[in-house]
Amino acid sequence: MVFASWRLVSPENWQHLRSWVLPELFINTGWLIVGVALLTTLLGTSLGWLTAVCRFPGRRLFSWALLLPMAMPAYVLAFVYIGLLDFSGPLQTSLREIGISSLMPPIRSRGGVIIVLSLALYPYVYLVARQAFLSQGTRAIEVAQSLGMSRRQAFYKVSLPLAAPWILGGLLLVLLETLADFGAVATFNYNTFTTAIYKSWFDLREPNTALQLASVLLGIALLLMLLEQLTRRRMRFSLTHSNRYSIDLKRGRALAAFSWCALILALGFVIPAIQLLSWIFSDALADLDSRYWGFALRSASLAGITALLLASLALLLRYCRRLAPNQISRSAEWLSRLGYALPGTVLAIGVAVPLARFSNTLQSWGIPVMLNAGIGALLLAYGIRFFAVAINPVDKAMLNVTPSMDEAARSLGAGFWRVLGRIHLPMISGGLFTAMALVFVDVMKEMPITLLVRPFGWDTLAVRVFEMTSEGEWERAALPALAIVITGLLPVFLLVRRTEK
Amino acid sequence: MFDLPVSRRLALVLAATAALSGTLISCGKAPSDDKLVVYSARNEQLIKPLFDRYTAETGTPIEFVTDSAGPLLQRLQAEGSNTPADVLLTVDAGNLWQAADSGLLQPINSAVLKQAIPSHLRDPENRWFGLSVRARTLVYSSERIQPGELLGYADLAHPKWQGRLCLRTSKKVYNQSLVAMLIAQYGEKSTEQIVKGWVKNLATAPFSNDTKAMEAIIAGQCDVTIVNTYYFGRLQAKQPDVPLSLFWADQRGEGVHVNVSGGGVTAASKKAAAATKLLEWLASAEAQQRFAGDNLEFPANPAVEPVAAVKAWGSYKPNLINVADAGKLQADAVKLMDRAGYK
Repeated sequence: MVFASWRLVSPENWQHLRSWVLPELFINTGWLIVGVALLTTLLGTSLGWLTAVCRFPGRRLFSWALLLPMAMPAYVLAFVYIGLLDFSGPLQTSLREIGISSLMPPIRSRGGVIIVLSLALYPYVYLVARQAFLSQGTRAIEVAQSLGMSRRQAFYKVSLPLAAPWILGGLLLVLLETLADFGAVATFNYNTFTTAIYKSWFDLREPNTALQLASVLLGIALLLMLLEQLTRRRMRFSLTHSNRYSIDLKRGRALAAFSWCALILALGFVIPAIQLLSWIFSDALADLDSRYWGFALRSASLAGITALLLASLALLLRYCRRLAPNQISRSAEWLSRLGYALPGTVLAIGVAVPLARFSNTLQSWGIPVMLNAGIGALLLAYGIRFFAVAINPVDKAMLNVTPSMDEAARSLGAGFWRVLGRIHLPMISGGLFTAMALVFVDVMKEMPITLLVRPFGWDTLAVRVFEMTSEGEWERAALPALAIVITGLLPVFLLVRRTEK
Repeated sequence: MFDLPVSRRLALVLAATAALSGTLISCGKAPSDDKLVVYSARNEQLIKPLFDRYTAETGTPIEFVTDSAGPLLQRLQAEGSNTPADVLLTVDAGNLWQAADSGLLQPINSAVLKQAIPSHLRDPENRWFGLSVRARTLVYSSERIQPGELLGYADLAHPKWQGRLCLRTSKKVYNQSLVAMLIAQYGEKSTEQIVKGWVKNLATAPFSNDTKAMEAIIAGQCDVTIVNTYYFGRLQAKQPDVPLSLFWADQRGEGVHVNVSGGGVTAASKKAAAATKLLEWLASAEAQQRFAGDNLEFPANPAVEPVAAVKAWGSYKPNLINVADAGKLQADAVKLMDRAGYK
């Protein structure tokens, strides 16, 4: 549907876009991608390595707490930080009051968007980086050190390259999500492809131009996916579990590690959570009623069902590929990740409109159905959107299952199901679980698809956020936003208990 | 279940998932006959209390779904003649104009509505009617500006406001409608000069919402901005001594730019009579006070007084250009603002 839009090019609009809009879009989107890529890699890798390999006070707490920002929607983080740090915010106001003319760079700037999006998205890198460092074990490092490398050299020459495919996989998710983000960039009034797509579609009323822009966006996403694939192709190997490698940090270093983790945790979760709580007490307490159980329950069940479905689907596809590795299944699966790079509203319309047309056809045959707004359509749209999130961890986990293990099991007389149940599932259950937790949290936060495709009465927490923010009542939106965070915490918590084992 | 071998556990989970999704999919059935279905871009907390009251008074149940106007219109269009929706409620005349222009609304022949809603607040072909009025005017620092210094929208392009103006983003439909009205009034060339002047006078990059722009004035970053009055009302309710005042723009010229939230009956509705009744009730004295008052807007029905907090701002001369004209020129306004560098 997106690519078909090129048949109807409106020259007048393209003229306008080319001269006034596109240059800014490429520059803004380019900076955003580079900035977020660098910062999330730095945050995710450093925090992942510290909590996986080093021993310092608070490590146990940080290892799960550093995932918490994942439950915080990026647009909420954006709003909170603009509120706190803008010219009229409390920090700058008090700085002015004590007479320090503020040297603080403006928050509503390119740097501000990059920092906020990175704080919201680094957990995707952190999660996989940490798992990679955990599973490396001692052997590789010992070999490196026996060859005379220092600890630092061993990290850069051995640990990091070994973890690279994991980190890149997480980074790809981060960048696809960055491309698709609308809420946070709109709050910053930072123009990207996503905002231009919305503008063309709903303000210039040119759906075709919007879809053409969307296809450029998908082109960028494809390019990023290709890059990830190319760098990974050179690294096909399996890791072996062995004793955990660990470094004891002393005094100054332990303090530095502690402070770094505490700083990121505070910025990504604690400060915004406190701000949300204070808004709830000042503005939104009256909104809290028994209906919230229903909102939370619907959010959680949609998220739970989608998580189960997508994890099963990812497993199934991975199996198909393992059993029959051909080009078609590979590219189909690969392309299906693109949904994650599409802005939610575009995807929502892309699913709902064809389904509505199809229902019309069915109705003209006398079959009274409305397929475009229902749980089935909702799950389908979520599935397309979040498939990339589910396949990645399953993919990585399967790398651990070497073909020789299959052969060994088979040669001992184990059948297909026995191999699956006794060998594969236990080995990849961590990956499956990660996939489900990630999808769960993402569906909890998802707004545009839920809005357009939900059946009557299926209001969720994200829908409540919309009701409040649609007329700018951000403080009242704190209540559903915090409820999303709390419900989303559950799988994050379980996830970490699991990887801790 | 946790003692089962993993393979059987997986099979169970898969089966349960399949069964559950099967049941859920079959739930998406067409709505029954006696109720009205509303698609609304006006948010839930503003419409539900009214719908509840209508249902209590007339016995007609109302089912509704909320979303932004853009996606809702796409949905309505795709569902075509089979849409379950009878009524469309949305904010901004541009959206209403687009719904009518795409043939999604049917003309309503209702003497009650025509009598209740002034002609500049409804579609000339009666396909939609404004139900509440939102005035977009100036708010200024009462500490740094005397009301006598202000004139209106075009005057904010004057160099004397250099570094003293704050604006919300041009991506918000309210600003698009305002600029569309200026185009209708002054023509495209002069309007582009005005908008370029605004951009030159900006104290800081445009904000994502009206409230932030007013907070910037309080903090001293700028002195004047353009907002919808209900945002000012909300701020006033929270901080009665806020050092800001409202200024009615262009009172010596064409008048304050007004926009509407409103509704119409969908072209595909099979219950047009019942749907019209709902709109007539929403335009009635009984419903208007609450429809507008809950969001500190002005009632569209001139026979109804606004709530006290709104009344305190005094009366104003509205620009009588039909709000539909702003809808027609909206795309031009968007392009014009791009050219003028208004982000």
